[in-house]
Amino acid sequence: MTEAATVDARPVRRAARITPVSIFLWALRIAALAIILYGSYLSISSGRLSAAQWRDLFVFGISTGSVYALIALGYTMVYGVLRFINFAHGEVFMVGAMMAFYVANALATTTLWTSSPVVSLLIVLVAAMATSTSVAVIVERIAYRPLRGAPRLIPLITSIGASFTIQYLVRGLVGPSTKAFPRMEQLRGTTEILGVVILKSQVVVIVAALVMMAGLYLFVERTRTGKSMRAVSEDPETAALMGIDVDRTIVKVFAIGGAMAGVAGALWGLVFPSLNFFSGFLPGIKAFTSAVLGGIGNIVGAMLGGVSLGIFESVGPSLVLAGYEIPAFSQLKDVVAYAALVLVLIFRPTGILGERLAQERT
Amino acid sequence: MRRAVKLGLAGGAAMVLVAAIGMVAAFQARMLIDPILPLGTFFLYLVAFIFGWMASKPPVTLEGFEPARAGIRNVLAGAMAGALGGLCVGLLLIVMTTWDLRGVFIALSPELAEILSFGLPVAAAIPVIALVAGAAGALGGAVHLLSPRLRRAVLSALAWVLVFSLFTDIFGQAFTALRLEFLVDFIYTGRGGALTIVGAIVVFAVFFVLYWWMSGRTNTLRQRVQSMPRGQRSRWQIGAAVIILVVLYFVPKIMGPFVSQILVTAGIYLLMALGLNIVVGYAGLLDLGYVAFFAVGAYTTAILTSPQSPAFSPELSVVASIPFVMIAAAVAGILVATPVIRMRGDYLAIVTLGFGEIARILLNSEWLAPYFGGAQGITNIPDLQIGPLTFSTPQDYFYPVFLFVLFAAYVTYALQNSRWGRAWMAMREDESVAEAMGVNIVTAKLSAFVVGAILASFGGSLFASQIGSVFPHTFDIVVSITVLVIIIVGGMGSVPGVALGAIVLIVLPNLLREFSEYQFLFYGVLLIVMMLNRPEGFIPSKRRAQELHSEEMAQDAWLEIYGEKGQPEQVPEGAV
Repeated sequence: MTEAATVDARPVRRAARITPVSIFLWALRIAALAIILYGSYLSISSGRLSAAQWRDLFVFGISTGSVYALIALGYTMVYGVLRFINFAHGEVFMVGAMMAFYVANALATTTLWTSSPVVSLLIVLVAAMATSTSVAVIVERIAYRPLRGAPRLIPLITSIGASFTIQYLVRGLVGPSTKAFPRMEQLRGTTEILGVVILKSQVVVIVAALVMMAGLYLFVERTRTGKSMRAVSEDPETAALMGIDVDRTIVKVFAIGGAMAGVAGALWGLVFPSLNFFSGFLPGIKAFTSAVLGGIGNIVGAMLGGVSLGIFESVGPSLVLAGYEIPAFSQLKDVVAYAALVLVLIFRPTGILGERLAQERT
Repeated sequence: MRRAVKLGLAGGAAMVLVAAIGMVAAFQARMLIDPILPLGTFFLYLVAFIFGWMASKPPVTLEGFEPARAGIRNVLAGAMAGALGGLCVGLLLIVMTTWDLRGVFIALSPELAEILSFGLPVAAAIPVIALVAGAAGALGGAVHLLSPRLRRAVLSALAWVLVFSLFTDIFGQAFTALRLEFLVDFIYTGRGGALTIVGAIVVFAVFFVLYWWMSGRTNTLRQRVQSMPRGQRSRWQIGAAVIILVVLYFVPKIMGPFVSQILVTAGIYLLMALGLNIVVGYAGLLDLGYVAFFAVGAYTTAILTSPQSPAFSPELSVVASIPFVMIAAAVAGILVATPVIRMRGDYLAIVTLGFGEIARILLNSEWLAPYFGGAQGITNIPDLQIGPLTFSTPQDYFYPVFLFVLFAAYVTYALQNSRWGRAWMAMREDESVAEAMGVNIVTAKLSAFVVGAILASFGGSLFASQIGSVFPHTFDIVVSITVLVIIIVGGMGSVPGVALGAIVLIVLPNLLREFSEYQFLFYGVLLIVMMLNRPEGFIPSKRRAQELHSEEMAQDAWLEIYGEKGQPEQVPEGAV
């Protein structure tokens, strides 16, 4: 990091005085809380949805949330090391999902798809991971590496550019049409786990995400590479002095983030079987929200944040908005996600597991 | 050598991508120089040219060291990079003629193969492609050999040939309107046709001579103007302004409705860009939800004036709605700015993006449809009417839009050295220090957002009355990004830069139908390229450039810094 960045990073202690702004912010807080609580009260007391329906929404939230969590890992790790929002990460995810779609589509015509679903899912997963990883690494090489030490907003703007470039390259390559992910016979229907009825595809998504995240956690905590990543995120200059190749470590961070996004892309196809070149934007934003919610720079936090955002987003509209009898409230599903983003960034930029990094930002 | 190979492969990848996303085939229909050079082929080998130029660029040398002398090595490196790129295209050709990949890559059509191979059989085509690409790369390398003066003249003249061949419609129309039809017949194959070979050579020669003659003289002209006594200088400046205004008065009359419509669109974007320039360029607050203010302007006008608006029945005229537009925009600006006062940098960008998207979804929703019309939007917005004048055609709208742009430019200049402007710039450079020096961060941020919001809302208001209807899907995030690209390409904080950015980025893709398909791809690539090479933009503001290059400067002597800072601050930034 540069001299300027370290100075900038010093926490600013403000005198605790009552200004019109802080009154406004408190009013906003109270209003948001009141709206949420009263809405929930209204919709629960109306008894519109049964307990089982609530539980379904909840499980659905967990499965989308675990996909968000996987994407959020890329944001959080890159932020931890380079201190900037990699806006193009949503597109890395989308590219993985595209690859997964084409591989799955090709496999769906063979007998392998029906005879050994596990193998074919693995092939899809590996292909998606490989694609996303290479895209993430290429973007890092072209767009971010020359900008080490530049003012903070510059890599952010570059990443917006990279995001647009990838979107429209993909649009040019495979066309703007929306693709439908092929269904897998074995994943239709439901299964019962601990007395809870769950869609099979959701089980696969949750289990796969859990496995990947556990693997990543062990990798970062236990291996040498993981250690160097943590060192670089702690203090790149000192890490370099200790003999860590900072550039290579950063590439590895991007590669791992990309791989996780690739997994998320492949799993996405199982939950939401439609996909086009713009599909990466919204999950990207939501995953970023998850990363902030969990405390940016924090791997466990990203997982927690992703799952809580998923639940919030899936339960929220029916819980809060339906309570006010808003017509067609499902249209406002994304408003809930964006509102969560805005509220989290305004009121709790340190996230659930507030970390050192986040304090620098407020 | 290794660099040439690396860049050659990268260039090859770029060329393959350009072909595979369908650009080459889509551009092929337009002839640049009849009959030898269609745009698609030109574009493909332009990539080879650029990578050849990059591969042979001399490495950065430290100050005090003699830079490596340019020589045949540059040309060789360029040729090698280009040829490697060509081989990659050859590989693509083999792959796409052997297998049919159109199920996945929709653009890999037989027509593309035909274009790439110049109509030759594949085996014969590959060496030809490699040769042509190698030649293009070698030319790119050879650019380094020219003396700066010659290089500038050659490249500028080539650029003009490109301009003349791309905008045949405009030049045809302008020449015809000016009764110069013989020129059209001379350099083009007909009205709206391509340049002839002779025409291309003539255009090149004329501009080459012009630039060769001009280089070395423009500076003295500027110096002459600057060394004039004050009264004489201002008289000159007024004279120049009058001439420009007169020319601009005739522009829509000469250009006809199609071009005028594009100019009006560019003007509206320019209005927004000038507003965002205040928020991002002056105050350093990266607002990614800027389109929301545009929407506020458009919807306020729509609701107040349209007889079809669901919520508000006494209808006003468009002019009468403008004060309300300003109030609504100011309120929106305050609403967005207050929660983000404690934030800086990237978090602020994301929160504003969230606000922008929330606004769009709410406008689109069934829930608020009684007020905003939902997805059907609001139609029947009346034309702008000032006294007896009614503005209805694009040609008419050119003038009010231009007036508003002038007003915005004036506001921008006036604010630059005002108390507010200084507070914004201090905040941009370092918020904590600015606060410590007594800048009130709260008012500085609020005022930046409010001023930016009002300028954008003017744009929205004009847009609504010109189009006659508003729909929520118009106010997409890509509008915000487009405006951002405009100010970044032009130069943050600099008014002429922003104007240039709006003209190039809005007018070009709208004039060239083929480009509009790839408009956002260009914007994305442009954002990356600009940030990597010229973060201060093409026409930078001095101060901004200093900030962005502060590290390079810090390496230089103290004298540099003192020399810059010792100058009076009042030098207008835009006057570059």
